[in-house]
Parts: sequence; structure tokens; C-alpha cells
Amino acid sequence: MSTKKVEHLDGVIIRFAGDSGDGMQLTGDRFTSETAALGNDLATFPDFPAEIRAPAGSLPGVSGFQVHFADHDILTAGDRPDVLVAMNPAALKTNLRDVPKGGTIIVNTDAFNDRTLQKAGYAENPLADGSLADYHLHEVALTSMTVGALKGIEGVTPREAERSKNFFALGLMSWLYHRPTEGTIGFIASKFAKRPEIVEANTRAFRAGWNYGETSEDFAVSYEVAPAPLTPGTYRQITGNTALSYGLIAASRLSGLPLFLGAYPITPASSILEELAGRKEFGVVTFQAEDEIAAVGAAVGASFGGALGVTASAGPGVVLKAETVGLAIALELPLLILDIQRAGPSTGMPTKPEQADLLMVLFGRNGESPVPVVAASTPSQCFDAAIEAARIALKYRTPVYLLSDAYLANGSEPWLIPDVADLPDISTSFAEANGEPFEPYRRDPTTLARPWAVPGTNGLEHRIGGLEKADVTGAISYDPDNHDQMVRLRAQKVAGIAADIPELEVDDPDGDAELLVLGWGSTYGPIVAGVRRARKEGHRVARAHLGHLNPLPRNTGDVLRSYPKVLVPEMNLGQLAMLLRAEFLVDVVSYTKVRGRPLGARELEDAITTMVAS
Amino acid sequence: MTGNGLVQLTAKDFKSDQEVRWCPGCGDYAILAGVQSFLPELGVPRENLVFISGIGCAARFPYYVQTYGMHSIHGRAPAIATGLATSRPDLSVWVVTGDGDALSIGGNHLIHALRRNVDITILLFNNRIYGLTKGQYSPTSELGKVTKSTPFGSVDQPFNPLSVAIGAEASFVARAIDTDKQGTAEVLRAAAQHRGAAFVEILQNCNIYNDGAFDVVRDEKDNRLYLRAGEEVRWGEKGVRMRSDGTLEIVDASAGGLLRHDPLRDDPGLAFALARLTWEGAGGVPLGVFRSVSRPVYEDLVHDQVRTAVEQRGEGDLAALLHGADTWSIG
Repeated sequence: MSTKKVEHLDGVIIRFAGDSGDGMQLTGDRFTSETAALGNDLATFPDFPAEIRAPAGSLPGVSGFQVHFADHDILTAGDRPDVLVAMNPAALKTNLRDVPKGGTIIVNTDAFNDRTLQKAGYAENPLADGSLADYHLHEVALTSMTVGALKGIEGVTPREAERSKNFFALGLMSWLYHRPTEGTIGFIASKFAKRPEIVEANTRAFRAGWNYGETSEDFAVSYEVAPAPLTPGTYRQITGNTALSYGLIAASRLSGLPLFLGAYPITPASSILEELAGRKEFGVVTFQAEDEIAAVGAAVGASFGGALGVTASAGPGVVLKAETVGLAIALELPLLILDIQRAGPSTGMPTKPEQADLLMVLFGRNGESPVPVVAASTPSQCFDAAIEAARIALKYRTPVYLLSDAYLANGSEPWLIPDVADLPDISTSFAEANGEPFEPYRRDPTTLARPWAVPGTNGLEHRIGGLEKADVTGAISYDPDNHDQMVRLRAQKVAGIAADIPELEVDDPDGDAELLVLGWGSTYGPIVAGVRRARKEGHRVARAHLGHLNPLPRNTGDVLRSYPKVLVPEMNLGQLAMLLRAEFLVDVVSYTKVRGRPLGARELEDAITTMVAS
Repeated sequence: MTGNGLVQLTAKDFKSDQEVRWCPGCGDYAILAGVQSFLPELGVPRENLVFISGIGCAARFPYYVQTYGMHSIHGRAPAIATGLATSRPDLSVWVVTGDGDALSIGGNHLIHALRRNVDITILLFNNRIYGLTKGQYSPTSELGKVTKSTPFGSVDQPFNPLSVAIGAEASFVARAIDTDKQGTAEVLRAAAQHRGAAFVEILQNCNIYNDGAFDVVRDEKDNRLYLRAGEEVRWGEKGVRMRSDGTLEIVDASAGGLLRHDPLRDDPGLAFALARLTWEGAGGVPLGVFRSVSRPVYEDLVHDQVRTAVEQRGEGDLAALLHGADTWSIG
């Protein structure tokens, strides 16, 4: 244990930033694991470029990982870092504007030389010109101390020794915030098991970093953040895409149907394909298709055969699937389409989050083509959202869109692992022959779902397709009244799901709020945090969050009309706000930001304060 | 009843209650009748047969066959069939497509289904025209072809469907003519028996928009070159010989040294060369099975991996998956 002065903090936000090749994501991950093991509540936000290795030392090549941890429940990865670890001048330059005055900056001085400064666009060395006077600056020769600590390890090249510097940084930060070190030592041993000399190098670098904090006079104080009083139970850390993948496997188990994923690699959805491809012991079949259209087409084919057909993509891929989703609407077969949203239009900013696909998934098809839409709100909630989307798809024989985004996909948080026995039953049944002529479009009177008759069932041979069907018989029909009826039936079927989803829950502590903040998707954390801040300032603010975007919860209109003012924050230009105005004739006010970054709690507090005062 | 207790089906059992709505005189009628009369001998129960189509005249096919069927969207039938066949290897999955559907809008799916060797049978009705949209040129229309969308003649080099299929690593490639009942049945039989992706081009006359496109071989039976395994490649007085440089030449059949057809050859070169013999170049049109080789079947490999994973790791344990390796407890 440290012999230096210890201060207690209730929460800290740290950002690790360096070159794409500096191992910042790994460093952040490890620090997060140590933090989770200690029992803090936490949230992370990996923020990296689309380029795998942008030119070393360049501004576009900077990769960052922000972790927020606290002794109380927190909701976001934090607006602005209290501590910035900058591995080179480019990392300092791109991240400095986010660090509040008085914040702590730890820099790797070895990476500050004429060449790297020039690459980052610094005319003067910021470490020398006094421009960082308002910050607590720690200048640490990370690279040379790492190389020094690794002297004498056989088989480690100078380049490899240098690359261990991220573990030196991790060791230093682990000392500074009293993180337990056993997990990281064990991680290094297993991760690099094939190269014992690298295990030795990284372990030594990690310890050297820790020891440097303990002995260097530059670090006079270390900090403790006590564990958070979380709900009792067993926790793990989980990212949104992992939770989504597990949710799909769970949905497969809970429905008794084999899981078939058709996908084409695309950022930030690829990790779902990768995760599921490694889980074949669950009977999962993954199909990496030739393109996005084949990916969803194969999923439709699998659904026709009685599987839980799923496709996962991001905006530019989802838009290509539109025609096939229309087919699935006409076929009335279950299908899940996961849209891990990223900043658009077109290629946009592939690794950055946005919520601008909402209107596309609702309306981006030809004809009257209603589709249920479910949106995940936090990384761990992706698990429940996947099961819910599957439940709706199977029960109502319909394609369902599940919206996540790059923030949820890569961000992580502690997850109270559910008991498998408590998960919902979403089992469904296939049609069986009863001797009568089969009527593929005879609907269940309650759900309006049609029977799911899978090939291989004797006596139910039938043909389906994209041409309009006659009601009940499913024969091709161009009858005007029949078409009118079928269009309305498909719309009613989807609208009727409102009776089968929870009402919109409002968080209004005193029941007399003057303002309702209504959000959807990944803005959940920032909105809850922003509302908390506003309440601390004495404002009476209510809050609600939509997990179902189509249909909307049946009490949505009542909720909207029961508050004098409604604020709708979104990472788009007001797509939900437009829907609410159209549907309910309520004068909601939009708060929008499309910076490719999550909304901040402070900016939302400001927006709330301004609106309350107006 | 057959010996195994199954009811012996007839062509009639494969006729659906839907009225067939192709133009009178369309070659599709003959193909439909040919398939319906062939299906009983396949011995697959009706409920295990699935016909999947895209868009176009040919794509109406599934509506008329009393099996499971899906009339899907333009060009995507091979992708949908891939998903179905992969998740349900117990089914016999057929794709019915046309030259525009398979080679234009759906070209990507066609070549990938073939190279993966998914266990499906693809019937491509080639009439060298867009029929359903009323007469625009297709990717198999000949250079110079005057159509509604090429009033000055087509400037597009056409695809040879068999060349495309062989180039896409297809393990089974064959050709038949709509009105040639016996030839079609033989090819269908071989295609149905083949494990893996089977590609069959059926020359089909569109009597409305491209009438007579195949008269030279449809009407003039002497111009048909039937490829038969182990037999000399010859028709009428003509035969095919291989030059020393590997190219093919048309010679007088009596000259001797004729090529003997071997569809089992692993090397696709000869099948490709035979596929390049055309009426214009060779004075005959090869029909029958060009290539039939054994390759691992996609869904076999997929399900082998699933089985192996279950064997090695045990049946997936959901609770264990959710917990992962790194958990901590509170309270």
C-alpha cells in the first residue's frame, strides 16, 4: 500500500489518449477491469478513428478511451475528463480542449520532440511555453523509463520494449487511484502466454509504473474512490455489442429456435458477427454474406425455414436491406434487423455514434410498410432489447428493427447478470396440418399474426411472396378492396403491439414537474445525469425514456400532454420530436447535437435550465 | 404405393390451384410441365421441396408448383435459398430465375452461391430479353440487338451464363432446351442428384419479345450437341477435337481423334471451352452436363463446425456464457 497521502474522491473521469498503435484501448480496458473488480460503478467510452493505423503521431490517428468511475451510481462516461493521459503531442492537442482548467494532465515527455510536435501542429512545445499553466501537469518520461525497466530481458526487441509503455502508464494510474493489480498481472500472463519474454516485459513495465508513482516526488497524493452501493448480485463488465450478441443467443434458447445471423462486415456492427461466430456450441449459424442484401436475404430464408433469422449492420448497410425488409413485411415472417447507428450521411464517421437512422427504419421503404422498432438505452440493456425485439418478431410474425449505436456498441458498464430462470418465455409454435385446406394468411384474432408454416410440414405446402395477397387464402390478388384491407391489416397488426408493451414510465419525484425531458436510445445516461443536475439546482423536472419507437407506448400522448413543456434531446436534427409533433400535436422542443459524440450531462442541464426559465 | 410405403406421386400432384398466367406459347409452360413430371421420380416428399424465385416471368414459377415456395425480390433468390438451405439441410431447395434476375441484378448472389457450393439447384430460364417489363435487352442479349431500350442496337457484350457459372467455381453446370422434354429430364435428374450448387441454363423462347432466339437449336434438332459422359463430342457430321495448345476445333466427325466428354474432370478448363462453343462459332449448341464434380458442400461444413463445437465444448451453457470469465459480487 502507498505510504503517501491519500485523498478520497466520489468519482473520477480519466481519458487515456495516444496514437492508434499505442495500445490505449487495451490500457483503458484493463483499467476498467481493475475498477470493476474494486466495485466502483463505471461507464466507458472508447473513441477511436476509423483508420486502423493513421500516420503515427498525426492528429487523425489519436485513439482515446474514457472511463468514469465513482462511489455512487453513474450514468455516463462523463463529459470532461478530470485526468488526461497523453502519450504524444497529437493526443494532447486533440484532447486538451475537453479538460477543464485545473484538471490533471500526464504526458509522456519522451514523445515530445521537434518532429512529433510539428506533426501535431505545435509551433512551440506546450510543455515549455507555459500554455499548460492552468493544469496540474505531470511530465513523465514514460518511454525511456519503460525501456530502462526492461533492460536485460532476453528476446525482447527495443521496439517491443518501447511498446510496453502503455503498461507503465497503466501501472502509474493504478497506483494513483488505488486499483487492484492482481487482475492485470493475470491478464498479461494469459494474454501473452505464447511469449513468456513479453509477459515478463509487460509485467515489469506495469510494476515500474506503479513503483514510479509510489517513489516519484511528482506524485504527492494518491486517490481512493470507494466502491459504489450497487444492487447486490453478481456483476460483469459488458459492452453493448456483446450484450446484444448474448441477448440473441438467449432469445434463441428462450424461443427454442436456432439462431441464424446473416451479416456483412461493417463498423460498428462487425463485433456482433465475430462474437456469434465463436459461439457455435449454442447451435448458432453465422453467415458472412457477399453483401448487405444477401445478409438479410439469407436471414429471411432461414426464417422461412423456422429459424430466428437476424441481420446486423449499420446505417449504410441497413439502407441496402430496405427492399428485403419490405419483402419480410409482405411475407409476415419474423426477422430482426440490428442497426448499430453511426454518424452519417453516407460513410459519415464510421466509429462515431449518432441517432439519425430513426426515420429511415420507420419509413425508409416503398409502400405502406410498418415495422416495429425497439431501441436500446445502455450497453447492458442491449441484452434485454434483443430479447424484446425477438419476442415481438416471433409473436407478431414481423420484421423488427433494433436500434443501437456506436456509443452503446463499444461502451461498457457493469451488468447485474440476470438469472437465466428469470428471463421471459418467448416460445412460439409452428402451424400444424389439420386436414383442412391451409390458409397462410388467416390471422390470429388477437395478434393478427399469420401462421408460421415451415417447409417440411406435410399438408401445409404453400407459396408466399412479395405480390399482394388475398386476405386469408394468400393467393395473389389485385383486388382494390383486398389491397386496402391488407394494407390496413398490416398497419393494425403493428399498431396493436402497443397493447403488449409497457406503458411509458415517468420519473417525476414530486409529480409537479414543469418540464418533461423525453429521450430514446443511448441518450439515456446523459439525460438521467442532466436531469439529476437540474434537480440539484432546484428545478422540478420529469423524465421518461422510450425503448419502443414503433408502436409508441399507449400512454405516450397522455404523458406528453400532462406537462407544460417537453424537451426532446437527440443525436440527430429532431427526428423523434418530428414524430411526436405529427402524432400528438404537442409542441415539443428539440435539443439536438450531431458531433459524433454522446450528449453531455452538463449541456443537458443547461438546456433544461434555459427551458424552465423561458 | 411404392415399396417404401410412400404414396407414389404423379405430375398432377405438383400442380397448384393457381391459374398459370404466362403468355400463350411461352416456353415456360414446357419447362413447368417438364419439372412437374420429373419431380415424382425425385422421390422427395412434397413438403420437403422448396422453390424460390426472384422477379421476372420465370419467377412466377413457384406459384404453380404444389410444394413450398417463395416468390421473392429481384435477383435475391440465391441469397434467400442459401439461408434456407444452410439452416435446413433436410430440404431440397430449388431456385428458379431468369437471365436478368440471375445475371444482372442478382449476379453477385449467383456467383457467391455457386462458389460456396450451397446445396441448391438453380434453374436459369434464358430467353435473352426482359419479358415482364416488356422487351428491354438483357445481359444475355447479343451485341447489336435492337430492343425497346436499344433502338440503335445493344452495345453491351453479353454474358455466356455457363462461362459465368464455371468461372464462379460451380461444381455442376448443365444446359437444356425448354421444349426438349427428354433432354431436360436428364439434366434435371443429374442436377437433382448432385450434392452442392447445381446450375442449369434452360434455353427458353419468349414468343412475344424475342421470338425465335433459339430456333437454330430448338427447331433444328440436328444442331444439338448432346454431351454424354464417356462418349465422343460430336453431332451430325461434326465433331470436336482438342488441338495441341488445348483449344478446341470443329472437324469432320470421321476424322477421328475426337474429344471424349468427361464432366468429372476436376479442372474446369475443358468444360469452359465446351461452354464457349456457340451456334455462331461452331455451328452447334452443346447441351447436357458440362461439369459435375464433387466439392465439399457449404451447409455440411457449417454444421460440421457446429457439431464439433458442441462435442468439444459441450452444449452451450447460457448461464456460463452470461457470466463470462470475470465477475464480481456485491452484497
